[in-house]
Amino acid sequence: MIKDHVSTTINGEPVEFLCDPRQTLLDVLRDELNLTGSKEGCSSGDCGACSVMLDGRVVCSCLVLGAEAEGREVETIEGMAQGETLHPLQRVFLEEAALQCGICTPGFLVAAKALLDRNPDPTETEVRYWLAGNLCRCTGYDKIVRSVLDAAAEMRGK
Amino acid sequence: MDIEAPSYKWVGTRPVRPDGIDKVTGRAMFGADFSLPDMLTGKILRSPHPHARLVSIDVSKAAALRGVKAVATAADIPEIPVDNAFVGDAPTNFRHWSSNVLAREKVLYDGHAVAAVAATSPAIADAALALIEVDYEVLPHVIDVKDAMRDDAPVLHDDLFTAGVEPKPDKPSNVAKRVEFTLGNTEAGFAEADVVVERAFRTKAVHQGYIEPHAVIANTAEDGQSQVWCPSQGHFMIRAACAKLLGIEISQFRVFPAEIGGGFGGKINPYLEPVALLLSRKSGRPVKMVMTRAEVFRATGPTSGAALTVKIGALKDGRIAAAEATLTFEAGAFPGSPVGAGCMTGFAPYDITNVKIVGYDVVSNRPKCCAYRAPGAPIAAYGIESVLDEIAQRLDLDPIDFRLKNAAKEGTKAAYGPQFGKIGCIETLTAAKDHPHYGAPLGPNQGRGVAAGFWFNFAGQASAAVNVNEDGTAIVTYGNPDIGGTRASMAQIAAEVLGIDYDKIRPIVADTSSIGFNDITAGSKTTFTAGLAVHEAAKDVVGQLRERAAKMWDISVDAVVWENGVARPASSNAGDFDPLALADIAAMAGKTGGPISGHASLAATGAGPTFAAHICDVEVDQDTGRITVVRYTAVQDAGRAIHPSYVEGQMQGGVVQGIGWALNEEYIYGSDGRLQNPGFLDYRIPVASDLPMIDTVIVEVPNPNHPYGVRGVGEVPIVPPMAAVTNAVASATGVRMTELPMSPPRLLAALENGS
Repeated sequence: MIKDHVSTTINGEPVEFLCDPRQTLLDVLRDELNLTGSKEGCSSGDCGACSVMLDGRVVCSCLVLGAEAEGREVETIEGMAQGETLHPLQRVFLEEAALQCGICTPGFLVAAKALLDRNPDPTETEVRYWLAGNLCRCTGYDKIVRSVLDAAAEMRGK
Repeated sequence: MDIEAPSYKWVGTRPVRPDGIDKVTGRAMFGADFSLPDMLTGKILRSPHPHARLVSIDVSKAAALRGVKAVATAADIPEIPVDNAFVGDAPTNFRHWSSNVLAREKVLYDGHAVAAVAATSPAIADAALALIEVDYEVLPHVIDVKDAMRDDAPVLHDDLFTAGVEPKPDKPSNVAKRVEFTLGNTEAGFAEADVVVERAFRTKAVHQGYIEPHAVIANTAEDGQSQVWCPSQGHFMIRAACAKLLGIEISQFRVFPAEIGGGFGGKINPYLEPVALLLSRKSGRPVKMVMTRAEVFRATGPTSGAALTVKIGALKDGRIAAAEATLTFEAGAFPGSPVGAGCMTGFAPYDITNVKIVGYDVVSNRPKCCAYRAPGAPIAAYGIESVLDEIAQRLDLDPIDFRLKNAAKEGTKAAYGPQFGKIGCIETLTAAKDHPHYGAPLGPNQGRGVAAGFWFNFAGQASAAVNVNEDGTAIVTYGNPDIGGTRASMAQIAAEVLGIDYDKIRPIVADTSSIGFNDITAGSKTTFTAGLAVHEAAKDVVGQLRERAAKMWDISVDAVVWENGVARPASSNAGDFDPLALADIAAMAGKTGGPISGHASLAATGAGPTFAAHICDVEVDQDTGRITVVRYTAVQDAGRAIHPSYVEGQMQGGVVQGIGWALNEEYIYGSDGRLQNPGFLDYRIPVASDLPMIDTVIVEVPNPNHPYGVRGVGEVPIVPPMAAVTNAVASATGVRMTELPMSPPRLLAALENGS
């Protein structure tokens, strides 16, 4: 099958790749670009482990084709920390033990950042509903939800 | 609760986990994240039938397809004879696992692996699977555990005769085993009882539901030496399984532990690993295999569905007079349900004179069941704790007081044999009763339930090494996959013994060739057992540090003590020397005897049993039958929490898995014997918006068999929730649900029948 040539922006850097038209954005990130931080838990958009930002919107990258990234901006977990400085969400997740196995963590962090970008002061209920598309089987969500609320408070300067 | 209240510098603190940065930045390498040059994609052809004879498998067209480099079926692996099915004293029946990994003669469930291919691309591998011609002779199937026990049920295994009954049956059946535990005389006990309640319950098979699908990459060189990278709950177990199933020597390959994306018991056993290794050995190239979510549901896990009856009699004063239970567990396609553990744990929180529990292990056309967090115990507790709740209600007793009146304590003889040593059952129940949650007011349509739970905890074998670096830092090497933060606990333990800072220690989970043998990460044993090995290895280092200091001072080693990370003379009689820090001694290692390296390999015993008491509030929507958990408190004896945040996390995670089991999760089969919900959309695990915060109370009754008092913590939190939720629903509605899950249609039907 003839491959598509795609020009896109990933984590602020211009990137070009060739992909099979059937390949998902997740496949491209993981298999073509070696950005394996986005995880595949279901490939049906149910678990959120593959969450990335596409033009500022959180999407399941398993439900987006690689070719659809043409001309758009993709942000992945690999772009969240700035150099050696973790994003407050990343740091608070560690301080408050909001991960156990860690497979769902990249997806939660991407989704949580998308929430705080649009709503810097969410309620617990807003956090829970925003993150309802991200499955975690280890934590029972308690420490994840607390971490998002605490990181939000910190980012608001409280 | 803190009985001895010793002061520790690191034990009991909450440092950031050593592997944390990698896990919040996407750097951590999980199973599917590895790749190798020239790698092939491996895929598996799975049976669409729940039960069929494999008349023939023709792989010739698939093998001839361009890009296909290897094809495998059960014919490529040795059949393991009945009398050589086990390795050492481990309970794993490898004859069964061999037939599960690649079906031999018959397929026994929808999703059973039939053949495998390795090809140069995923698309070619898919095309090759479609070219494999399998001639199935479809056989009648049986899914339900009760149906499988009937005399006229289709028999899965011609060589399966019920064990544990006399005389030995003369014909095969699906009942693999009968077990029984008795204490006293239940008939006499029931005769004295003032109130007797007997109920029958059903639970459905549920999956462990880890978010990471099974994945593996195997590579083989021309000399036959192989490497395997995979997530598992024990890479030494994967090594043993690959060696046994493929008939190769252990020295021929290494297994490297990938980060593991959840397991809960479901990643103890081999699925893809031996197949990938086989395909790699056949093709001479690296082979990567990753399951789809549907494959995970159809062919791995789950735990048993069950049918159970529970009968308990009590006196007016609240003493339990007699207790009986019969537990019938689905094993899936091969024997080995956790019914034994269910029988052993169910009544263990209580001091009861007359007990009888009978269990049946029953095969049917479902995937081979696998361990799931406190295997068997939640099912038994669901029935038993429900009946206890009803008795407390009938006797007008507070449910926690009723349990306290019968609570197991030091010296209590459990029905399954042992006499308890120091345990925290009473302390745990008391802490639950004292919690503000227990007396808080309830709103309309709300109800409160409580339940208790027990888990043995396991110990087993472990190896660890502590290597002191020349700059005074240290590497802790151990061999249990870190599934939820144990690297932090290992570093804390080593820091405590060595007296150096936590961040001077780097814990590493080593591959199978780089450290001595380790049992699996399971049975709530890693912090206990691997922690003991790390403790002993660190003590070995301390001994060497004292020897080196003695040598540097030219005094006897007995005259040197190690305190707070420095060597000092034991007394002024020993001489007047400035203390030597670990870094000072490490810098001189080459001149005082060489590298400082501590080791420990041990078979631990004395894992302290643990108890939990949970309080659950639910709100019931009378119109839709939807149950919402609105408040939940979990109390548990941790012995000693090394890292309390991760203990709380285990408790919260276990509770929520139990809530899913109670309310949503179930394997649904059609009349065709095929699984109808092999995906997260239709197999609905709890999501964040379903739940409240899960409050936790860590009780600490130290385990006398551990230097810090550790008890395993990972499993017992899933034991009480199903009963706690059920009891809360009964309190809210007056209707006692005897079938899980309590999905809205089931509750709605029960409300309509009950009122």
